[in-house]
Amino acid sequence: MSPAFLLGTALAILFAVSLSLYRVLRGPTIIDRLVGVNVIGTKTITVIVLTGFLFERPEFFIDIAFLYALINFIGALALSRYFERKGVEHGAAR
Amino acid sequence: MTAVSMLLVSLGVFFLVAGAVGLIRFPDFYTRMHAAGKCDTLGSLLVLTGLAVHQGLDLASVKLIIVAVLIFVTSPTATHAIARAATRNQVPWWTREGSR
Repeated sequence: MSPAFLLGTALAILFAVSLSLYRVLRGPTIIDRLVGVNVIGTKTITVIVLTGFLFERPEFFIDIAFLYALINFIGALALSRYFERKGVEHGAAR
Repeated sequence: MTAVSMLLVSLGVFFLVAGAVGLIRFPDFYTRMHAAGKCDTLGSLLVLTGLAVHQGLDLASVKLIIVAVLIFVTSPTATHAIARAATRNQVPWWTREGSR
């Protein structure tokens, strides 16, 4: 697999991250922003693994991606439990 | 082998970008959750599996499969937790104008 293909893949995923960032910045409710952050975290895991293959030392970067997946999961669970307890303010549906 | 892994990675990138477009375009919270949860899980699973196929059988590919299994378990769990928080707080549903 050529480095150009890996780089193009990573750039396409980063484009998807920038699309999700729109939802984080402009979500109507706090929980829309939470979904956006979760999606960006999952995409970041794949970008980290692709970076490892691009630099030709995948083992270390896969460990970092594993840690990032765990932190993303714990963060999403903790924030969703917190907002479930605290309440979500919601105005218009759009 | 390289063709199979490139096909898997390209499919995964397609699903990731489609999920992001759905996250922007859908009209209310639950439909956005629908796009984000499933497309994200399948897309990262396909990318990681394609890279593992490219790597062949060694320590790195075993670690990649472990990360893929972790994402396959944790991402739907996080999606479920967020959707439950929204449902318990009665975030409004999208309805077509004039249907009620």
